Amino acid sequence: MMAAQRMTIAKALNAALRKAMEADPKVLVQGEDVGKLGGVFRITEHLQKDFGEDRVMDTPLAESGIMGTAIGLALRGYRPVVEIQFDGFVYPAFDQIVSQLAKLHSRSRGAIKLPVVVRIPMGGGIGAVEHHSESNEAYFAHTLGLKVVFCSNPTDAYWMLQQAIASDDPIIFYEPKRRYHEKGEVDLDVPPTLDLFSARVVREGSDVTLACYGPMVKTCLDAAAVAAEEGRSLEVIDLRSVSPLDMPTLEASVRKTGRLVVVHEASGYVGMGAEIAARVTESCFYSLEAPVIRVTGWNAPYPPSKIEELFLPDLDRVLDGVDRALAH
Amino acid sequence: MPVSDNDVADVSREPVAVDHHESTLRSRRRGPYDGGPDMIQLLDPEGQRVLHGGAEEYAHHVDALTPEDLRGFYRDLVLVRRFDLEATALQRQGELGLWVSLLGQEASQIGCGRALRPQDHAFPGYREHGIAWCRGLDPMRLIAMYRGVDRCAWDPAEFGFHTYTIVIGNQALLGTGYAMGVQRDGAVGTGDPERDTAVVAFMGDGATAQGDINEAFVFAGVNDSPIVFFCQNNQWAISEPNERQMRSPIYKRADGFGFPGLRVDGNDVLATYAVTKEMMDRARSGQGPSLIEAWTYRMAAHTTSDDPTKYRFSADVELWKLRDPIARFKTWLAHEGHADGAFFKAVDAEADELAARVRTATVEMPDPGMDEIFDHVYVEPHAQVEQDRAALRAYLDSFEDEGVA
Repeated sequence: MMAAQRMTIAKALNAALRKAMEADPKVLVQGEDVGKLGGVFRITEHLQKDFGEDRVMDTPLAESGIMGTAIGLALRGYRPVVEIQFDGFVYPAFDQIVSQLAKLHSRSRGAIKLPVVVRIPMGGGIGAVEHHSESNEAYFAHTLGLKVVFCSNPTDAYWMLQQAIASDDPIIFYEPKRRYHEKGEVDLDVPPTLDLFSARVVREGSDVTLACYGPMVKTCLDAAAVAAEEGRSLEVIDLRSVSPLDMPTLEASVRKTGRLVVVHEASGYVGMGAEIAARVTESCFYSLEAPVIRVTGWNAPYPPSKIEELFLPDLDRVLDGVDRALAH
Repeated sequence: MPVSDNDVADVSREPVAVDHHESTLRSRRRGPYDGGPDMIQLLDPEGQRVLHGGAEEYAHHVDALTPEDLRGFYRDLVLVRRFDLEATALQRQGELGLWVSLLGQEASQIGCGRALRPQDHAFPGYREHGIAWCRGLDPMRLIAMYRGVDRCAWDPAEFGFHTYTIVIGNQALLGTGYAMGVQRDGAVGTGDPERDTAVVAFMGDGATAQGDINEAFVFAGVNDSPIVFFCQNNQWAISEPNERQMRSPIYKRADGFGFPGLRVDGNDVLATYAVTKEMMDRARSGQGPSLIEAWTYRMAAHTTSDDPTKYRFSADVELWKLRDPIARFKTWLAHEGHADGAFFKAVDAEADELAARVRTATVEMPDPGMDEIFDHVYVEPHAQVEQDRAALRAYLDSFEDEGVA
C-alpha cells in the first residue's frame, strides 16, 4: 500500500516502533524524555500522544531503574523497548543487563523469557561532549545471554527493530547516531528475507573483504567506491549482528578474497575485530594471503570532539588498512 | 516521633570512630537495641499479647485468624527452622557448596509469607527460605541451587516466587517493574480479592545502601505501584552492623520517597503477619507502595563461609536468644489453649521426617549433564554457543576409547 518511501534512519526507527506497538499491545517504550519530547533524537516522537502514558513512559533519570523495571515488566508478560539516551549512559544499567537480563533465561532453565530491546544511540562524529560518542558493543557481546545488533541504513532500521522486538531473547540494539538523518528508500510492506542475525554482502568484490557494522558501513562503502577507481575490488560486509556472528557469510567472503580488514569505531584492544580475527584465522587459515587487519578507534579514551576525526576510522584509514592487507 | 537514646540515628551523630578498638567499645556500651517505641509488636518475647507501637491498628488481622491458622503458623516456623538446620549440617558434611541460614528470621518470613495471596508475586534475595516454603516451593529446589546442581530452575510464574537474587538489591527493581505491569493489567483496585494483586520485594539492611533499592523506591513511589518492600533488618551485613550502613532508621526512609514506612518486631509472627497483611491489602486496593522494616537478628553466620565470632559478641547473640520467635509463639499458643502437647510433639515428628527426606534427597541428587552449560542460554539458538556445545561434546567423546567419559 505505502510501498517504498524515502526516509531517514530516525524516521524509520520511529515508524518501526509505531508498527510494533500497533501490532502488539504488550509492546511498551520506556526511557528518559521519550514522551512529550519524543526522545532527544526524536525517535519516539508522537508515540506517547498516540499510545498513551502507560505505553510510552517518561521514566525517572536512573538507568538501572529503567532497566530493572523493564525486566520486571517483561516478567509480567510485556515487551519493553528501552531507550538509553546516549551510549555513555548505559553503565548505571550495566549491572541489571549483565546480572539479570542476560542470565535469567538460563538460570531458570528456560522458564523465564525476557523479550526486552535496549536501544542505544552509539558512536562518535557529532561533535558531542564526553560520554556521548562511545562504542561499547564489546562489553555486551562478551556477555552471553544477550544478542547485539546494529542497523546501518533506513531499511534495516525499520525491519531490524521490528525483528528485535519480536524476538524472545534480550537484544542490545545499536543505532548509529551520526547517521540518523541519512536517507534511503524503505519498502514498508515487504518484510526482508534476511533474518536479524545474518550479515549482508552490501558490495561484492574480489581483492579484499571489509567487515564492518553500524556507522562504519557507509565509511567502508565510500572507501570501496574510491578503491574501485584505483582498480581495487573491495567486498563490503555489513555484519549487522556482532552476537551472534554470522561466520559462514564472512568466511565465504574471506575464502574468495584471501584478505580481511575489520573496521569499527570502538578501540581495537579486545574489541570485535580481535574476536573476528581469531575466528577467521582459525577457520580460514589456508585461504588467508595476509594477516587480518584491524582499522579501529585508537586504544585510548574517546578524545575531545575537536580532534575526534583523528580517533575515528575514516575513508583514508580504511584504504590504508587495505594497503597493509595487500602488501603481503 | 522522638527516637530513643540508643537508636541508630542518635548513635550515628557521635563522631565516626576510625579506631577499631574504640568502635568495639562503643558497640559494647550500646548493646543490642530493642527496636524502639515505634516498633509494632503484638506478642512480646515472654509470649504475652501486647499492643506496642500502634499495634491496635493491625490487631484485627490476627483476631480474624482461626486456631487452625495459628497452628499452621507454628508448624511453618518449626519445619522451616528444621529444614534450615539440616541444610547447614549438609553443608558442613560437604553435601552443599554453601548454605545461607535463616535462623532467627523465621517469624519475619512466615508472618510475611502467610499474608500473601496466590496471585501475588514475591521477589526474594537469597535467604528467603521461609517465603519459598509459604509459596509452595519444594525445599529441594533451594537445596539444588546451593548444592550447585542448578541456578534456581523453578518457574516463578508457577509459584508467584521469583528466582533467588544474589546481586544485592536487583530484585527490588524487578519487583517494581512487575508491579507496574500489574497496574497495566488492571489487576489493582478492582475490589475483586481473587484478582487484585500486589508484589513483595525482599531485602536486608545491607541492601538499603544499594542504588537499586533507592531507585526502586523512586520508581514505585512515582508510579504508585502495588509493591511492599520488606526489609529484614537482621542487624548485620556480613560483618558490618547497622551503624556502618545508615544514618537513620530504615523505616523512616520511606517518608522521603512519599510512602509509609513501618517497623515491626520481626521476631513476632503475629505482628509481622498483621502488618504485612495490612500493607499488601493497601497495595492491592491501589493505594501504592510501602516499606516494612522487620526488626530481627541473624542468629547464625552470614553464610556457612562466614565466622561471626570475628566481629560480634556472643553476649549479643545470647540476648537475642531470649527474643526467639518460635519459643514465644509456642508459649502463647499453649497458654491460649490453641495447641496442646500432642500437637507440638506431632510437629516435631514431622520436622524430623522433613529433615530425613531432605538429607536423603540431597545425597541422591544427581549432577547435571554437560548440556546444563549450553541449554537455555537463548530462546533461539546462538551460533557460537552451539559451536561450543559441539566442541565440548566432541572433546568428551574423544575419551570414549580410553573409557574415561
